[in-house]
Amino acid sequence: MKRTGAQILWECLVREGVTEVFGYPGGAILPAYDAMLDYPIRHTLVRHEQGATHMADGYARASGKVGVAIATSGPGATNMVTGIATAMLDSSPIVCITGQVGSRLIGTDAFQEIDITGITLPVTKHNYLVTSAQDVARTVREAFMIAKSGRPGPVLIDITKDAQQASCEFEWETAAPVVPGWREAPPLGRAELARAAELIRTAERPVILAGHGVTISGAEPALRAFAERANIPIAATLLGIGGFPASHSLNLGMMGMHGEAWVNLAIQEADLLIACGMRFDDRVTGNLKTYAPHAKKIHIEIDPSEINKNVRVDVALVADLRDVLERLVPLTEPGHRQAWFDRIAGYKGDSAVRDIQSLPDDGHLYAAHVINDLWRATRSQDTIVVTDVGQHQMWEAQYYHHENPRSLITSGGLGTMGFAVPAAIGAKRARPEAEVWAVVGDGGFQMTMCELATAVQDAINIKVAIINNGYLGMVRQWQEFFYERRYAATPLSGPDFVKLADAFGIRSRAVSTRSDVLSAIADATAHEGPVVIDFRVEQEDTVYPMVPAGADLHAMIRRPNPIVETAAD
Amino acid sequence: MKLHTFTVYVEDRPGVLNRVASLFRRRGFNIQSLSVGHSETAGVSRMTVVVETDDSGAARIKAHVYKLINVVRVEDITDRPSVVRDLALIKVSANHQNRAAVMQLANVFHARVVDVAPESLVVEMVGSEAKIDGLLEVLRPYGVLEMVRTGRVAMARGSGAGVAAGGGRFLPEAEEGFSYSV
Repeated sequence: MKRTGAQILWECLVREGVTEVFGYPGGAILPAYDAMLDYPIRHTLVRHEQGATHMADGYARASGKVGVAIATSGPGATNMVTGIATAMLDSSPIVCITGQVGSRLIGTDAFQEIDITGITLPVTKHNYLVTSAQDVARTVREAFMIAKSGRPGPVLIDITKDAQQASCEFEWETAAPVVPGWREAPPLGRAELARAAELIRTAERPVILAGHGVTISGAEPALRAFAERANIPIAATLLGIGGFPASHSLNLGMMGMHGEAWVNLAIQEADLLIACGMRFDDRVTGNLKTYAPHAKKIHIEIDPSEINKNVRVDVALVADLRDVLERLVPLTEPGHRQAWFDRIAGYKGDSAVRDIQSLPDDGHLYAAHVINDLWRATRSQDTIVVTDVGQHQMWEAQYYHHENPRSLITSGGLGTMGFAVPAAIGAKRARPEAEVWAVVGDGGFQMTMCELATAVQDAINIKVAIINNGYLGMVRQWQEFFYERRYAATPLSGPDFVKLADAFGIRSRAVSTRSDVLSAIADATAHEGPVVIDFRVEQEDTVYPMVPAGADLHAMIRRPNPIVETAAD
Repeated sequence: MKLHTFTVYVEDRPGVLNRVASLFRRRGFNIQSLSVGHSETAGVSRMTVVVETDDSGAARIKAHVYKLINVVRVEDITDRPSVVRDLALIKVSANHQNRAAVMQLANVFHARVVDVAPESLVVEMVGSEAKIDGLLEVLRPYGVLEMVRTGRVAMARGSGAGVAAGGGRFLPEAEEGFSYSV
């Protein structure tokens, strides 16, 4: 049957299972938008194209499906770059579709012409420039295959306006992907698997490092089976949170720069690390020269370029994590490691006493309290928390205890401020039955707060908890520790967020005492529609513990004891 | 640190050279030389890329290059017996008085004179980079007016075949599972 390139685009997207797209129209993508009306697609109109990419990303991370964002050429496309890079660094499968000027105008600096395939080359898994309607179908199929296979990532398709307008024969079946360089994961060697099993059998102080790959590969049950059988404690990366239940007795908590002391100490004292779908990022290793010096390392990872990139490993299993773990379970003997667990318990020492949660209510509102109360209030229902980047993000990781996969969505690798609100919108689109909370600082919120209008126009029921401390808090914390409290450009003012939300037509309130936190959350949950809560928290609060950048992982700045009143000093 | 030679088979499509070259740049590796041309298979180009790095850097380069969707196959042939060649065209200042001397030098290096003009001649040499450097050294006193070199092209010796035989496989050595020697 004959179809225009624009129609073929939607024919293919529908066949790939797409029902939701996030985008912003413009001249060069107009034919695609016009054709969209004839297909069973729900379009969410964003307020800035960066928001569209974060929404597609949030949609992908909440659902495990490919998220789709669409924009016009030129500035529409360049506005997507931050969101694409965010998805790249966190291995999130999104497909971004951009309009491009007519193919005869390419290279002439035509109005709204930009080389978006060139610009996004280093931040996409792959990208395409499509200049003919005949190529649309195959390209879309390839893009989806590439985005979701192996280590997932973003793929961009730039389609010229004439390719959207021209007609050609469309046949889904014959437009099969042609990717000679595409590979399935390599076969897993029995010898490697046996070596890994032997290291696990003989280890006395093993630790599992669980990363984003656990969730991406759907390995949560396999990880649990393996950990329980071998009796090995699990530390999570930021993006690994949710891959293993926080309440499980083998769960240690988050590792790395703001991981709890006992988690990092356990890693430093371990004699075996089993890295599962994680990449030894500098935020989790600290100084590589002193990282886990006594430990043999097994690295289970689908991306071969991650092997030996940061940490030299003893056994590399380059394959799908779930597959490897399922095959490891029968090779694993029940482990008896009471001495190791006792030792880790010893590392905890007085950590619990120093924890801010143990302090009596002194009338001040701490972010940690807000987040912990949010957890108490929402733990029993299906809740997704989407964070922005900074102090509140780390407090969320520490004080919201995630039991389920895909219940925390956060920008890890790129650390993109402005991520939370649009990604929460995307997550809500993916899982409308879940309650979605965006936890966001007053800095990040002001970067993408325009997307509140999107939530209102399209009736997307997200709850926004602004952790408002009047500073770019994490940067301020670094200035406090490492720059002699010279607060260069970190004090931050903002609008009255309650009035702002009111102007958007969004229910809102401000909370500045702890006794009001739970009622505000309950009120937000009960309200059918978006809500903004402005939590006015302690201004100069600090995330502890902290491993300074590049320091040894065991050289943490610990919580002071007793906690000093930071606002008074 | 040593010079590593990679042969890379890529789909012959617009922008693929840029993808490969850009990857080296963004991963912090400096390309010493790069040459591209047709391979024995239609639609597949072959690159020879030379990079100075250590063995672990070379392993990472290989894995990163493999991730490029348009790359069909990549090999590090540094430690394999290979034929390695560079081609140079060197324009040397030479007149009727010293032309014979220059031609004699070229002869010693098995280079050919491919153009003669009243005040210059062009010497063409195919060989290893070291041999070409040697010729260049003895020609310099006469005045090298211009030079162009292709950079290294390389091919493993023996019966191992190109992309047609191994195309599309993940890693040639990974039949028994992917492993790194540590």
